Amino acid sequence: MGGLQVPLEHVQVLAALLFSCGLLGLMLRRNIIFMLMSLEVMLNSAALAFVAAGAKWAEADGQVIFLLILSVAAAEISVGLGLVLQIQRRFKTLDMDSANRLRG
Amino acid sequence: MNSLSLIPALPLVSAVLLMIGSARLSKRVVAIFGVGSVGLSALIVASVAQDFLTTGEVQTATLWAWISVANFTPGIAFYIDGLTVVMMSVITGVGFLIHLYSVEFMESDESFARYFSYMNLFVAAMLLLVMADNLLLLYLGWEGVGVCSYLLVGFWYRDPNNGAAARKAFVVTRIGDTAMALGLFLLFTELGTLQIQPLMAAANVQWSGGGTLPVLATALLLGGAVGKSAQLPLHTWLPDAMAGPTPVSALIHAATMVTAGVYLIARTHELFLLAPATMQAIAWLGVATVLLAAFAALAQNDIKRILAYSTISQIGYMFLALGVGAFSAGIFHLMTHAFFKALLFLGAGAVIHCLHHEHNIFKMGGLRTRLPVVFASFLIGSAALAALPFTSGFYSKDSILLAAWALPDIGPILWAGGLLGALITAIYSFRLVFIVFFGEANTEPDKQVGWKIAVPLMVLCVLAAFGGWIGQPLSEVFPATADFHNVAHSVEYIGIAIPLIGLLIAYLVFLGGQLSVSKLTDSSLGKALQNFWRDGWRLDALYHNLLVRPFTGLARLCRNEPVDIFYNSIVSFLRWSHRGLVSLQTGELRWYATTMVFGLLLLVAIMLRNAS
Amino acid sequence: MSLAILIGILLVGGLLALLADRWGDGTPRWVSLVTIGVALVYLLTTVADTAPEYFNTTAAIGSDWITYLKLDWIPRFGISFELAMDGLSLLLVILTLLLGLIAVSSSWSEIDFKQGLFQANLLWTLAGVTGVFLAMDLFLFFLFWEVMLIPMYLLIAIWGHENKAYAAMKFFIFTQFSGLLMLLSIVVLAWQASLTNGSYSYSYFDLLGTTLNSNLEFWVMLGFFLAFTVKLPGFPFHTWLPDAHTQAPTAGSVLLAGILLKTGAYGLLRFAIPLFPEASMNFAPIAMSLGAAGVIYGAVLAFAQTDFKRLVAYSSVSHMGFVLLGLYAWNNIALQGAIMQMVAHGVSTAALFMMAGAIQHRLHTRDMRRMGGLWHDAPRMGACALFFAVASLGLPGLGNFVAEFLVLLGLFAVNPWITAIAALGMIGAAIYALWMMQLAFQGKPEELREFGDFGSREMATMATMMIILVCLGMYPQPVLDLAQPVLDSLQKLTPNIEAVVALTQVGVMDQ
Repeated sequence: MGGLQVPLEHVQVLAALLFSCGLLGLMLRRNIIFMLMSLEVMLNSAALAFVAAGAKWAEADGQVIFLLILSVAAAEISVGLGLVLQIQRRFKTLDMDSANRLRG
Repeated sequence: MNSLSLIPALPLVSAVLLMIGSARLSKRVVAIFGVGSVGLSALIVASVAQDFLTTGEVQTATLWAWISVANFTPGIAFYIDGLTVVMMSVITGVGFLIHLYSVEFMESDESFARYFSYMNLFVAAMLLLVMADNLLLLYLGWEGVGVCSYLLVGFWYRDPNNGAAARKAFVVTRIGDTAMALGLFLLFTELGTLQIQPLMAAANVQWSGGGTLPVLATALLLGGAVGKSAQLPLHTWLPDAMAGPTPVSALIHAATMVTAGVYLIARTHELFLLAPATMQAIAWLGVATVLLAAFAALAQNDIKRILAYSTISQIGYMFLALGVGAFSAGIFHLMTHAFFKALLFLGAGAVIHCLHHEHNIFKMGGLRTRLPVVFASFLIGSAALAALPFTSGFYSKDSILLAAWALPDIGPILWAGGLLGALITAIYSFRLVFIVFFGEANTEPDKQVGWKIAVPLMVLCVLAAFGGWIGQPLSEVFPATADFHNVAHSVEYIGIAIPLIGLLIAYLVFLGGQLSVSKLTDSSLGKALQNFWRDGWRLDALYHNLLVRPFTGLARLCRNEPVDIFYNSIVSFLRWSHRGLVSLQTGELRWYATTMVFGLLLLVAIMLRNAS
Repeated sequence: MSLAILIGILLVGGLLALLADRWGDGTPRWVSLVTIGVALVYLLTTVADTAPEYFNTTAAIGSDWITYLKLDWIPRFGISFELAMDGLSLLLVILTLLLGLIAVSSSWSEIDFKQGLFQANLLWTLAGVTGVFLAMDLFLFFLFWEVMLIPMYLLIAIWGHENKAYAAMKFFIFTQFSGLLMLLSIVVLAWQASLTNGSYSYSYFDLLGTTLNSNLEFWVMLGFFLAFTVKLPGFPFHTWLPDAHTQAPTAGSVLLAGILLKTGAYGLLRFAIPLFPEASMNFAPIAMSLGAAGVIYGAVLAFAQTDFKRLVAYSSVSHMGFVLLGLYAWNNIALQGAIMQMVAHGVSTAALFMMAGAIQHRLHTRDMRRMGGLWHDAPRMGACALFFAVASLGLPGLGNFVAEFLVLLGLFAVNPWITAIAALGMIGAAIYALWMMQLAFQGKPEELREFGDFGSREMATMATMMIILVCLGMYPQPVLDLAQPVLDSLQKLTPNIEAVVALTQVGVMDQ
């Protein structure tokens, strides 16, 4: 044990890819559920990078931050899903573009 | 000292009282105040003049220090010398007669008190003008008479045309006044005082004759004089000013105010003597005005406009006199002109009064027997105006022409111009007499003149006829003029003959009919010329296009505040950028996310760039 | 202490007026009238008590200040509550209170709702203006500068006419923005002074004579100049004025024209020029050109208007141009003219605005094309209008003439060409003043028009102002004497300018 089995760069590339997927999803999807899922993906990609870095230098900080991210994600998703329910109830849709009430 | 200050104070107080009490005082009381105050002033002037003639001493009086800032210390102070005595006598004497005349003339006017209040105010301002010992107080009187002229020309305010004439009179003279004010600034800045006698003394010491400064200063003063005295090119207000009541025209626009310019130049003559160029300009202006106005008078149909142009023309003679250095002659003509022109105006007023406010001379006629007093006064007045021998006008005009002749180089040209003017003067004045008083009656008078009109007319008749023998105590004031006795007799004879020739021509054309000018007047050129002269050489139209229209155009252009365009453009810029920024705030979550990402990328790129 | 009490009287009076609304409809205006009366009496008794030697003009310089008061306020930054009064301030405070009385009189029957608040704002404006004229600490000065602005804004925004919101906002933005520039300049000036003095001070007396490098001095001076010129208002910063005047209630216009504009002139005279003598001297040709442009431009635009109040407002622009000219000519005669113009214009324009208000109250229009022939219906009103019209066109014998003549006379020695251009304004004044008389009062009267003449309250107000103008015109010496020691000491502060001016007017000095 000890150390990271795969090169850190590989994990970082994976994390970056995951982050980009999430970001693209956030930018392109209209459905609020998918947007929230994309957000989760982005959070988790960051978490992955932390874990990998923690493993590489054998520091506990990586795991600590991972736990923090988990709890943030949980909190976020619970608020987010609450909003989803409200949006569904009020607009009868989950399409965020048609839910836009702001008229600039 | 007290009696001196009473001279302008009496009419002033009366004016204020009449203004305040206009609604409550009966016409009788108003008349007593209005006429009485001027009458009392005239009496005091008479005693002052008596004193002056016996002692020959210049009197001065300082009432209070008006302004005292640094070395600028004009006072409310009077300076009474021969010139002032002459002017005061004319103002209060003729003024009193005209006030008396007005009582009957304005009898049925609803604004009787307002009329006398303005008239008294005018007399007070005019007296201040001539009595002032410094140019600032003179300027006070100068502007004061201007305002009174405005008020009285526009006295019948319901007709907007009268208002327009009044405004024109004020604004046109104001143009000259502004030049004069600049002249005062220049004089004070250079010579350090505005008190007239010390000013002239300082000028004689500090300035060399013919230098730029004296010419500039006198030219600016001349601007004021030209405006007030209705000389070329600022004369156009006077014919229109006839919109006021006729006694007003007699007092302000014939006898007193319009001669203020002549007075100003005479008063400050030592300055003008230092500026030969200005003097020459005055002489040329005078002759040009004489001729221009005389031709214009020849073509008028309105009785008052004829007299107005004739006034302009006669003041031209006074300017000619000043220009050739014959100051005494100029003031002499000022006085005789005040007599005969006031007489003519009052006579014209009587005709208008008795003839249902008719102004057109061709609708009059045959009044010789119907209004004998008026006829007599017109006859004498016109004789004096035309300078027929032994009338008052003859002596004064003759001395002017002789003085012009005596001038080297340009003298004979000026003399010839004046002579031509005299010829035309005789023609148009007797044209007026023959058309109005002879021939067939076109309109029947509906009333006769009462004593309040008749007495002033008769007194003025005497003055106009014999005023030429009144000596003026001016020898101390002005430098002695050249001796005329060596002038060739032929020149004098020509001067005597010309008016008679004019009278003869007028008789032949307008009364006898032996000389028909209808061929001349009916030709297209003649008609055009007649119309051209009737419109006062179309100068009004010229000024309208040259000055009035650009000004009103500019005003209309600027009406909605062009400067605001700048400020509004700031406002529109802010509005526009506001709109731009608002459009970024779409409310679309994905748009926010996207912009955030790109913003972040940009930031990172910049950071990397800086780091490397 | 007396000066603080004076301002206190006005502030408390405002509060009382606000409360007085409950005690009955007419009470606030009485409260207001009494407050200003008390303040005026208090001022005059204090002056009579404290400064007999001041009025003796032979007294040594240094005893210029009639009363002086300094209390610590924020000592950490050298900010103090410093008030002082000399002849100039005294003159302007008296003018302020006098026009305050006139403003109350003109609002007597015009304001028909929220009277308490109205009178309170009126009194607070007066308090602010009084403070501006007395403050000698620049920070305090700025405070009062803002204090007079906000109640004035409310006066326009609440009791104004049809387009009041726009006008009030424009007024506020113009003055506020320029005020901020001044604040910036004040801070920079105090900071620079602290570098040499070693401690912070905002006191006028400490800041006088501060030397800045010439580039900085110019910019700091410009901040002051802009603030004061916007208020004056000088061309081309005047555009708030016609709107504000047109929309303000009569009392608001009276205060605005009569005294608020004078704070700008006062600021230039007291602060902008003495604090930055060299920059001001270099700037003088521009300032004078702006003044002359304002004189002409105001006159032309006044003629172009059909709205009575707008016409008077533009005439103000024209007249205040003379003040700018006089101030930057910076010689004794021109400065006296400028001060005289502040007083005379305050009175004559206040009267014209009152006239406009009276007409609007009766006819419900300010459009002069719908007037005409009013002389027939209201001869007393016509006579008053005529008087103030000829006063505003500069008829000799009335205060405005003395002012304009002195300004131009003093200016001529400095710059004859600008004088000649500005003198054209005299012609323009004749054109618009008489045009106004023609449109409103002359011409054919309308047959069926109920138009009441001035009553005794209005006549008394008008007569007061007429008498003041005649006194100013025929015997201006008391005013001139009051201002002379101030001008002497101000001119001592700016020896450089003196030298330059003296060079240009050798002719005068020789005498």
